[in-house]
Amino acid sequence: MNLFNIPANELLQHILNGLTLGAIYSLIALGYTMVYGILKFINFAHGEIFMLGAYSGYYLYYYLCTPDQGGSWVMISFILSVLFAMILSAVIGMLIERIAYRPLRRAPRLAPLLSAIGVSIILMNLAALAFGTEPKNFSYPFDNSVINMGTTSITPNQIMILAVGLIMMAGLKLFVDRTKLGKAMRATSQNQNVASLMGINVNVIISLTFAIGSALAAVAGVLIAMEYKVYPSMGQMAGLKAFIAAVVGGIGNISGAMIGGILLGLLETFGVVILGIPQGMKDTIAFSVLIIILLVKPSGILIRNIREKV
Amino acid sequence: MTDFLMVLFIYIGIYSIASLGLNLIVGYTGLLSLCQAAFVAIGAYTTAIIMTSTGLSFWWVLPVAGITASLSGLLIGIPTLRLKGDYLAIATLGFGEIVKNLIINWDSVTKGPMGINGIPAVNLFGIKLTILDKLPWMLIIWGFVFITYYLVRRIVRSRIGRALEAIREDEIAASSMGINTAKYKIGAFITGSFFAGIAGGLYAAYTQAVAPNTFDFMMSVMILCMIVLGGLGRNIAAVAGAVIIVLAEFTPRLLGISNIIPPQLNQILFGLILVMMMIYRPQGLIGRKKINYAAIVKKEILNLEK
Repeated sequence: MNLFNIPANELLQHILNGLTLGAIYSLIALGYTMVYGILKFINFAHGEIFMLGAYSGYYLYYYLCTPDQGGSWVMISFILSVLFAMILSAVIGMLIERIAYRPLRRAPRLAPLLSAIGVSIILMNLAALAFGTEPKNFSYPFDNSVINMGTTSITPNQIMILAVGLIMMAGLKLFVDRTKLGKAMRATSQNQNVASLMGINVNVIISLTFAIGSALAAVAGVLIAMEYKVYPSMGQMAGLKAFIAAVVGGIGNISGAMIGGILLGLLETFGVVILGIPQGMKDTIAFSVLIIILLVKPSGILIRNIREKV
Repeated sequence: MTDFLMVLFIYIGIYSIASLGLNLIVGYTGLLSLCQAAFVAIGAYTTAIIMTSTGLSFWWVLPVAGITASLSGLLIGIPTLRLKGDYLAIATLGFGEIVKNLIINWDSVTKGPMGINGIPAVNLFGIKLTILDKLPWMLIIWGFVFITYYLVRRIVRSRIGRALEAIREDEIAASSMGINTAKYKIGAFITGSFFAGIAGGLYAAYTQAVAPNTFDFMMSVMILCMIVLGGLGRNIAAVAGAVIIVLAEFTPRLLGISNIIPPQLNQILFGLILVMMMIYRPQGLIGRKKINYAAIVKKEILNLEK
């Protein structure tokens, strides 16, 4: 069987590329979906947290080692920089929530949204002022030469992205489903008032949600930085697409964000290959997907449509 | 110096028309639209393309620019009707990016990233107006500002305006009062994008050149900042916001000190305006304060009990 006239080995290659891209989208989408699940608004600044994560990882990495030398110290400092990026982004995420969103929790819906757009613009331009606008190269901590498996090839970084993405998502799923804090998070997302009556400190849970989402975005930022460099506006498009991924999966739904991300990664890869959409118009695919999903099934592929009641 | 002031007023006028249009969408109807720059771009490019290729008079092309922009407003309005605030914001943001992508990649029509230069000068009663004729341009553009202001004022003070405000306050309650919310929301989009198209047409005719990078996301944010700063849902506030933001944006550029003050500082300022206004003064600098009916009723009851 020859679907779309693509040789089987190439098909496998494209699936692999799509999955890698999708894993990154998923990691970012989780932050959007968790915040939306609890606060019911889009954290527009999430893409900028992803960018700041990449930058903080980059700076610690190059402070600790010279990556071209190779060796085990490079790998250790890479792991340390990922951890550092996660912690720093978590702190930034919590600070943003505390300063720009918490005072607006009871305000009309438009207010936190506008505030979030403001935060996003501030962070992006601060980064441009502080770090410069030229893209920075993030070297691999390991030899990233292509591994050939028959006719398909994979790079070690792709393996790492897939592995790390899988571990993070599985860990998050376990945390939310199995731990007491996860239960508190789910309770808060269902009804804040009742949750607080049950002895849950809602503010702490919301901060925790921002911290976890931001840390995941930071991991995605460092992982993608090695493929596409680090620059101040890297969070804008990635953030938008991750949001689309979250909508596709059903916003507020954690499994949905993972599936939506993977799906969007595959769609983008195949859109270019099969439909022959020019590379310059690649971003259009994601937005068309958004508009189609919003028309056909606005609640996302995983959630039943719920009508709003008064 | 007077030249400099006139250029400032020309830009304030152009942005005022766009922000009056956006105020109708965001301020009165409560639909967060992040693609006003795309509508301005469509208006500007329509004007540029028709005027350079056919040589039609500007006064015929300008309405076409407005109508093209409002048709694209209809295009984005219909699918996004079912969307609530946040989804709508993202969809419009995406639409803005698509328009910019199209303009950059559709070389045969839009000349790609280079933009279109050499748009013929506008003919007014046999006098050719170039970019150097600042005084007539200022008068023309402010004429359009007053027309726009008057039209928008007539709209929002009518039954239509009350319907739009009802939708903003509570869509479900509005529809149960018999307001066709779909019709009014699309109507707001079409009208708002029409004015953006007019603003774009004036911009193209005045500068005689258009380039895709002018109409980026930051332009949408700037227009949004204008109405947030002035006060959502008040027309005079949209114009006042345009005055302040244009002064902040263009003064360093026109004084030639923009290389000392990096452009990022301006954008940080816009971000700060959005955050600070939302937290400390959500009704804007000269916006109306919302009447708190619940508090009034409570006070009256307390008075009765005494």
